[in-house]
Amino acid sequence: MAKTGNEVDQYRRRFLIRSAGQACGAALLGIGLLTLARQTYGLPAEAIRPPGALAETDFLAACVRCGLCVRDCPYNTLKLSELGDKVTTGTPYFIARDIPCEMCDDIPCVVACPTGALDKKLTDIDDARMGLAALVDQENCLNFLGLRCDICYRVCPAIDKAITLDTIHNPRTGKHTLFIPVVHSEACTGCGKCEHACILPEAAIKVLPARLAKGAPGQHYRLGWEEKQKAGSSLVAPDKEHKYNLPEGYRYEYEGQGLIKENDSGETPFSSNPLDTLNQGRQQ
Amino acid sequence: MSNTLLRPGADAIAVKGWWSAHQWLILRRITQAGILGLFLAGPLLGVWIIKGNIASSLTLDILPLSDPYLLLQSLFAGHWPETTVVIGAFIVAGFYFLVGGRVYCGWICPVNPITDMAAWFRQRLNIKGGARFPRQSRYWLLAMTLITASISGSLLWEMVNPVTMIYRGLIFGMGMAWFLVLALFLFDLFLGQRGWCSHLCPMGAFYSLLAFYSPLRVSATQREKCNDCMECYAVCPEPQVIPPALKGAEQGVGPVITGINCSNCGRCIDVCSKNVFQFSTRFKSVNNFSTVTKREAMP
Ligand code: SF4
Ligand code: SF4
Ligand code: SF4
Ligand code: SF4
Repeated sequence: MAKTGNEVDQYRRRFLIRSAGQACGAALLGIGLLTLARQTYGLPAEAIRPPGALAETDFLAACVRCGLCVRDCPYNTLKLSELGDKVTTGTPYFIARDIPCEMCDDIPCVVACPTGALDKKLTDIDDARMGLAALVDQENCLNFLGLRCDICYRVCPAIDKAITLDTIHNPRTGKHTLFIPVVHSEACTGCGKCEHACILPEAAIKVLPARLAKGAPGQHYRLGWEEKQKAGSSLVAPDKEHKYNLPEGYRYEYEGQGLIKENDSGETPFSSNPLDTLNQGRQQ
Repeated sequence: MSNTLLRPGADAIAVKGWWSAHQWLILRRITQAGILGLFLAGPLLGVWIIKGNIASSLTLDILPLSDPYLLLQSLFAGHWPETTVVIGAFIVAGFYFLVGGRVYCGWICPVNPITDMAAWFRQRLNIKGGARFPRQSRYWLLAMTLITASISGSLLWEMVNPVTMIYRGLIFGMGMAWFLVLALFLFDLFLGQRGWCSHLCPMGAFYSLLAFYSPLRVSATQREKCNDCMECYAVCPEPQVIPPALKGAEQGVGPVITGINCSNCGRCIDVCSKNVFQFSTRFKSVNNFSTVTKREAMP
């Protein structure tokens, strides 16, 4: 049955209108989805991605939410987010305070990932950067109070590299030392063992996304002393020789050595009797 | 007639017996449950035959299987994937290319039992009306999921995709996904006759595109015996695929159902008291009709 030109036109018209309607419907839904995504994306700070996870935006493009990483984690560290959780549905994460990452040498989670959402380039678990520990509560941390808890330091798989105990004077007692846990970003993997082990009811040390845990210096900042060392001399003006009225045979070193006695023969320009020095002044 | 269509299959049960009138349906349910069972055997019983879920899995620690639609979303989102998932997706795509794309829908997808049940209730309770979505909507939605993946740089559809969400949920924990199950059921029950799977689901739309050349097809081999009881139309989720094959004799159209949205579910075979339908191949010419592989104009 041949259609007349008019019928074909009518048909075409209806077809176009219907298609436009469907396209608009789909587009509206798409816009809705995009808006929803804007609001729900962004990982809560306590949710940590597995080792080797790409940067969050790339990760969400790569991970197909299969859970193979979860299955191959021998410590049940990882879980897949369920609908209603704050983490993007279906993606893997862990909560350090519940079960931290044990930093397996063979990194089975990365090996299991079929998509590369967990980057296969990560072969040494020490290079993982899941987050960064930060001692966020200096008021309640026992070491800050002058006690010797040290737990976070002891459990750290990268002890003495990722966390060190730095000693400072305890001004409260006046005669003791504070052992301050200091995290070093160049070695901390963000495994969360420290946060998990912190004995306080609410951990004083927490693994946070690096963007929250770390500041950043201004790009134009230069540390004078480092620059000077690199250049071998002062960059601004030649170092003036400071003139102090130093006794002969003495000079002063500004880099920290302080007063230096040249050709130190054990002799001093002073008499061993301090009264002589005083009397000297009276004679002049 | 309208009375028998509230209970399609009554004739077939009378003629062939209950079992024969349900055999493909039961086989399908066993397949769906069996595959889910294999996935669940790991977490529940510690028997690790398949790990992962339908998004991507590893069978017997060697065979990777991945969903090609998810890989496509990932590509659109701008990620260049590892080879494992690519191999897995090719295997899966190749499989559905052979057996018919929407075999995924009929035989694997966890949503299918839900929407089948809704359709069943709708029929029994004679619920009419609701919104009428054009069947092409799903292709627009498919395009939308890929475009928004590209705009957002993430697998955006996977935030709401009920198929992967429910399957993953059953294996890894449902969370609030039970509401999704309920929502889909109610949607199909009240808002549209087979509203989701036959009109909207972009995943089904994607898989239908794998079916253009698939050899395994249902064929109305004995179409001359058709007594126009209309029961196959009543049970088929995509009844538009039937007439060209069933009624195409005069136009010289072969008896093979070539519509890409046929899910090879075999319900028409079950429900036909005259044994008109059977599984066959695209190439088989029957009753001296040369097989016509002409596609439908509209999927
Ligand atoms: S490194 Fe080991 S413990 Fe940590 S997430 Fe991966 S598999 Fe689990
Ligand atoms: S294995 Fe990879 S793709 Fe699968 S859930 Fe884990 S990170 Fe995502
Ligand atoms: S998260 Fe804590 S335990 Fe783990 S490496 Fe960093 S400082 Fe050490
Ligand atoms: S149309 Fe979608 S939801 Fe329905 S069976 Fe197919 S994939 Fe599953």
